[in-house]
Amino acid sequence: MANTPHHDNSSNPWLELRRLTPARIALGRTGTSLPTAAQLDFQFAHAQARDAVHLAFDHGGLREQLSERGRDSLLLHSAAADRHSYLQRPDLGRRLHEDSAQLLRQHAQANPGGVDLAIIVADGLSALAVHRHTLPFLARLEEQSAADGWSTAPVVLVEQGRVAVADEVGELLGAKMTVILIGERPGLSSPDSLGLYFTYNPKVGLTDAYRNCISNVRLEGLSYGMAAHRLLYLMREACRRQLSGVNLKDEAQVQTLESDTDVAKNGNFLLSKP
Amino acid sequence: MASFVHTVGNQIFRFDSLKEVMAKASPARSGDFLAGVAASNDGERVAAQMALADIPLKHFLSEALIPYEDDEVTRLIIDTHDANAFAVVSHLTVGGLRDWLLSEAADETSLRALAPGLTPEMAAAVSKIMRVQDLVLVAQKIRVVTRFRGTMGLRGRLSTRLQPNHPTDEPAGIAASILDGLLYGNGDAMIGINPATDSIASICALLEMLDAIIQRYDIPTQACVLTHVTTSIEAINRGVPLDLVFQSIAGTEAANASFGINLNVLKEGYEAGLSLNRGTLGQNLMYFETGQGSALSANAHHGVDQQTCETRAYAVARHFKPFLVNTVVGFIGPEYLYNGKQIIRAGLEDHFCGKLLGVPMGCDICYTNHAEADQDDMDMLLTLLGVAGINFIMGIPGSDDIMLNYQTTSFHDALYARQTLGLKPAPEFEAWLARMGIFTQADGRVRFGDNLPPAFRQALAQLG
Repeated sequence: MANTPHHDNSSNPWLELRRLTPARIALGRTGTSLPTAAQLDFQFAHAQARDAVHLAFDHGGLREQLSERGRDSLLLHSAAADRHSYLQRPDLGRRLHEDSAQLLRQHAQANPGGVDLAIIVADGLSALAVHRHTLPFLARLEEQSAADGWSTAPVVLVEQGRVAVADEVGELLGAKMTVILIGERPGLSSPDSLGLYFTYNPKVGLTDAYRNCISNVRLEGLSYGMAAHRLLYLMREACRRQLSGVNLKDEAQVQTLESDTDVAKNGNFLLSKP
Repeated sequence: MASFVHTVGNQIFRFDSLKEVMAKASPARSGDFLAGVAASNDGERVAAQMALADIPLKHFLSEALIPYEDDEVTRLIIDTHDANAFAVVSHLTVGGLRDWLLSEAADETSLRALAPGLTPEMAAAVSKIMRVQDLVLVAQKIRVVTRFRGTMGLRGRLSTRLQPNHPTDEPAGIAASILDGLLYGNGDAMIGINPATDSIASICALLEMLDAIIQRYDIPTQACVLTHVTTSIEAINRGVPLDLVFQSIAGTEAANASFGINLNVLKEGYEAGLSLNRGTLGQNLMYFETGQGSALSANAHHGVDQQTCETRAYAVARHFKPFLVNTVVGFIGPEYLYNGKQIIRAGLEDHFCGKLLGVPMGCDICYTNHAEADQDDMDMLLTLLGVAGINFIMGIPGSDDIMLNYQTTSFHDALYARQTLGLKPAPEFEAWLARMGIFTQADGRVRFGDNLPPAFRQALAQLG
């Protein structure tokens, strides 16, 4: 964010508070309105988020990069024909187009026996997130999971896909587990946030209660290494207990409660002794 | 079930139920298309509006959109309907009600008396045949005044909920946003945090912190941490200071079940809040949030259009004498409200219907980045709701909620509404702002003090 310029009427005596929060505080004022720089900063952030929502999925580029790293891939399309229909009909984004479903069936026939893990990559609400984070994240995941020895399907790319499309992909491939990497709804300051959703024993019609989510994977958010670490914890636990979703999460959450309490104990300047 | 036939010229339109007329009469919005209940074209929509206009209001008391036996919200609506209050309009059709609402017979007093005589379905029905200016004009006649530590909803007043959210609930970060808001004169409706973490320990810590800030600076406002009602009850049982009891609610029993609540749970929350007796001016203490599309997204809409489902939520709300109700209009996303036009219309409908039913309505004038909407759309809705006399709006630093990742009205936006429409904060808060030297308001103009209030200057000095 650019600094707010000084202006006769925009005195900004609490600027130092900015280091305490990423919120857009201490913007100053002209009259009672936003100064020009702050106003345009916001418009640019919104424009970036909008552009991320409408950016086309560069699946060709991604497949090329995957193949350079020795990974096969398949390209599929959801039942949502375009972005306009994708945004208004979430039900269509959750299902595969019939041609794509057929392609997967053929693949499964040619490679019988199923797999342990299917990785799906969908544009979701930010193709930008997928373009930026797919390869480095997958590299970390592979590095950390080499010892698990899971069999995998080719990476499945889904255009105009939503989270639940992974259920259909997983079911058709006979996968024991699916992980879908998907672009999250862009925030003003996070146009490229990647979400990871994990499901054990996927099949069409599962609700979110059967999934585990790891959110906010991006440079300013959760690191690739930490995201891979958390995901592998969930996957190994899921294999052991043969389930995923809310029942799996309960135990994994114990760790975060303690740190919450620590945060709450920290003082703040509005309440310190005068 | 009645069927309704309407003829326009040589075209005959048939609707098989009141539910179908209502749904097809709804101004177009994506959620009703998603649910498959919308009119198939513009002509059918207006024909449905014409058919709806001819339906007697009394018919709404005999044909429930969601069966009485299946849904406790329907039972609440029917069982609490006040026939005496209804008498003044009981001879009218839906179209006749619109004419009456716009007439001189409908004023602040007569509309207040009518509120318990109207069902949500009647309110929703009449809104469907009203234009934006009708929704504004009638709502402006109505005042719904509530009290806790401040007075909400007086004529010529607009309050704000200071929403100092932080992605990790960091106390100093929350405090920074609170101070920013207070220094822009924001926060008389409440200081209300959406917590990032829903653990009871962290909720209690936030409640303690808000209470301490309100006491230290003697701010005539109320605190709220937006957690599940059962968590608030738990906090109260632990002896934590809690002003407003929050809950998201919807207009069907099944949708409320998806939120993990029912009327009985809400009653327990309300009674727990009352037991603390923390209001100094009054005991309105429930804070509800709603929004069109919530029933559909829980697949709990019973084929009823989303605006009617939303209005039914206000029957749930008014049963608990709430302090404020907030329709979070653009948060749910484009599959329910696609663009600025749909969001604006929905916000005005919700405000109108809520007020007509006697609910202290506010609006989270907001949008997400995947909706076809922007700041200009929010400016339009804010201006319209300001004219319509809305009780409160949100206030957030620079319109950017960094925890919930959506855009809502900023501290500056509220000041814009004060300047252009001459709207003042709640009287108690107005006096506090003057006392602190933050700002005064005369003839609409906002005059800021020349210096930081000494108490806050001292707090800032702690930062070194």
